[in-house]
Amino acid sequence: MNFGFTDEQREIKDTARSLLWRRRAFEQARAGFQLALWEELRVLGWPGVAVGAEYGGGGLGIVELTILAEELGYALAAVPLLASAAAAAVIERAGSPEQRARWLPGLADGSFRGALGLDSESLVADAPEADVVVAVHEGAAWVIAEPVVEVVEAIDPTRGYGRVAGERVPLPGDPSPGTDIAAVLLAAELVGVCQCALDTTVAYVKERKQFDAPVGSFQAVSHRCAEMLLLTEGSRSAAYAGAWAADADPTGLPEAASLAKAAASEAGREVTAAAIQLHGGIGFTWEADLHWLYKRAQLDASLLGSPRVHRARLAAIVAARRGANQLVEAR
Amino acid sequence: MDLSNSAAELAFRDQLRAWLEANHSGQAPVGEDGGFAFAREWQRRLADAGWAGVDWPVEYGGRGATVTQSAIFYAELARARAPLPANTLGLLLGGPTLMMWGTAEQKERYLPPILTADEIWCQGFSEPGAGSDLAGLKTQAVFDEDAEEWIVTGQKVWTSGAHVSKWCMLLARTDPDAEKHRGLTYFLMDMEQDAVEVRPLVQITGEAPFNELFIDAARIPAANVVGGVGNGWTVALTTLMNERAGLAFFVQVHLRQMLDELFDAAAARGLLDDPLVADRLGALHVQCEVLRLTSYRGLAGLERHGQPGPEGSLAKLMWSQCSQQATQLAIDLLGPEALATDSRWSFELLRSRGNSIEGGTSEILKSIVAERVLGLPRGRNS
Repeated sequence: MNFGFTDEQREIKDTARSLLWRRRAFEQARAGFQLALWEELRVLGWPGVAVGAEYGGGGLGIVELTILAEELGYALAAVPLLASAAAAAVIERAGSPEQRARWLPGLADGSFRGALGLDSESLVADAPEADVVVAVHEGAAWVIAEPVVEVVEAIDPTRGYGRVAGERVPLPGDPSPGTDIAAVLLAAELVGVCQCALDTTVAYVKERKQFDAPVGSFQAVSHRCAEMLLLTEGSRSAAYAGAWAADADPTGLPEAASLAKAAASEAGREVTAAAIQLHGGIGFTWEADLHWLYKRAQLDASLLGSPRVHRARLAAIVAARRGANQLVEAR
Repeated sequence: MDLSNSAAELAFRDQLRAWLEANHSGQAPVGEDGGFAFAREWQRRLADAGWAGVDWPVEYGGRGATVTQSAIFYAELARARAPLPANTLGLLLGGPTLMMWGTAEQKERYLPPILTADEIWCQGFSEPGAGSDLAGLKTQAVFDEDAEEWIVTGQKVWTSGAHVSKWCMLLARTDPDAEKHRGLTYFLMDMEQDAVEVRPLVQITGEAPFNELFIDAARIPAANVVGGVGNGWTVALTTLMNERAGLAFFVQVHLRQMLDELFDAAAARGLLDDPLVADRLGALHVQCEVLRLTSYRGLAGLERHGQPGPEGSLAKLMWSQCSQQATQLAIDLLGPEALATDSRWSFELLRSRGNSIEGGTSEILKSIVAERVLGLPRGRNS
């Protein structure tokens, strides 16, 4: 079992980190959708990185896409890239040949923007910017080619949200693998959000002094930072395992995806909340920037199944495995 | 990234599995007291087949396994419900410490009987006044020039297996005037002498697998210093860093088995239809899997740097939290019957309280993570 990145994967991560930093994505995100950044990422081929080469995509794996997702979360970038990639993941795996030919090239090169929503949640992330929306309900999925979007202002202004209506055309295949990939992408974005909250907090508690000492030298503070790291690293393990399952272990994907989404959602809520707390009064102010992380984490945690939903799914998966009297595969 | 087992790892695992199936009945005595004789016999059988020092280099009689193979070994041991070898402290702590710091004579003399469990080892680090602040220990060693022996006086505590041990990895102060980390020396003390008194300490489970040592002018030959006089702190850190590597995979498989049994027990009582029960079991499953994945992720770093790093502290923290929550949930689901003393759950519940203390309390581990991983300033009192 090897969690190490290949050289190419490491390069993708470093390139993404430095590009998004140079474009000051975090600061720009406050104003909402960053069209200029989106156009730049389109040219670089990010939206279609995991779409098959026959549709004009990069033909890379979900692991590579997950690496981008983590960095987009770290930068809190306000681009509908994950939503587009999620819609493409479902269409590529559940669409008819005609549907794949119609939608994937545009989603891959970014000339179409996509979004993915569950009917059970009604709110769809990045819907206002979407040219095409994939709707999923209880194992069935539809394409909405001309989405009619009722924009909803959510607590997270770095991303558009809306309720979607419009004519639905069914996708013939099973949408689960695609929605599981979408859950992994959200989990990875949450890992990036956690890492940003942790880095920001560690830097602050090293600087901020009270009682003539950096507050980070007090154990009440430093131990909570350690817990933030524990949650961040734990959910990173789960997100990477989910991405790997999407590429290499289809039968393990449902469990791996729910594991990643459940772990990263809980971590995202707690780590961003801890970041606000450890900054004290300033952390509660608008200008301190921590609330952007907290708000994104809250939305990400709730979308595509809250932790409760994924835990219930996991309990059912484990119970079924035990019930079938299969010995748990020793690892 | 490749989270499947490689062909070589699978071959290693299958060979081990076949051997375990043929050589272990799956019936180890329950609890910690009764198991020693069984575990010693078990280690001899492992040693005869070349499995005892699985991660030891071949030149020292080991199998030369990689870090990942070693993890597989301990995970498979737990999966087969086989006990740990009787001399686990010698195999995981004492042996590797000697390999790094010992003289050629020491390696030749001490390593073989560790493998065969002919000589059991214990660890004399903690004292009543020196727990998390280990470097503050007071046990004194004074050199007797004429006899070329050290004379040791002091007290040690939480000494697992001292009552069956031949050798004690003893950390003692040899220079009372030096800075506290610099005045320490690492010794191998013969436990079979009248100057060492072993008194059992009864745990909250009612068992007594660990002890207090009262040391009154015990004698240690000069040749039994490991790593040089005054270098004890550095040598001891080697021991402490090794403590969390192999065992982690054993204990987390044990935890997985406990959780699976809890799923079975809940199913048998029709409790899985209760969404609150499913949610709590699901949450434990998440924690248990996150622990497993993070432990394997840690191996990648271990293989790169050759030594376990402070990241192991994260897995230890996760494990103790998960273990304590799992046993408490078991009691919650199964009711007062599970608290009968002959219930396995009552033992597991009580035993799990030690998980967040043994091998570094959760508090000290968080301080280690904060300082060495996050780079936060040292606390004023730490």
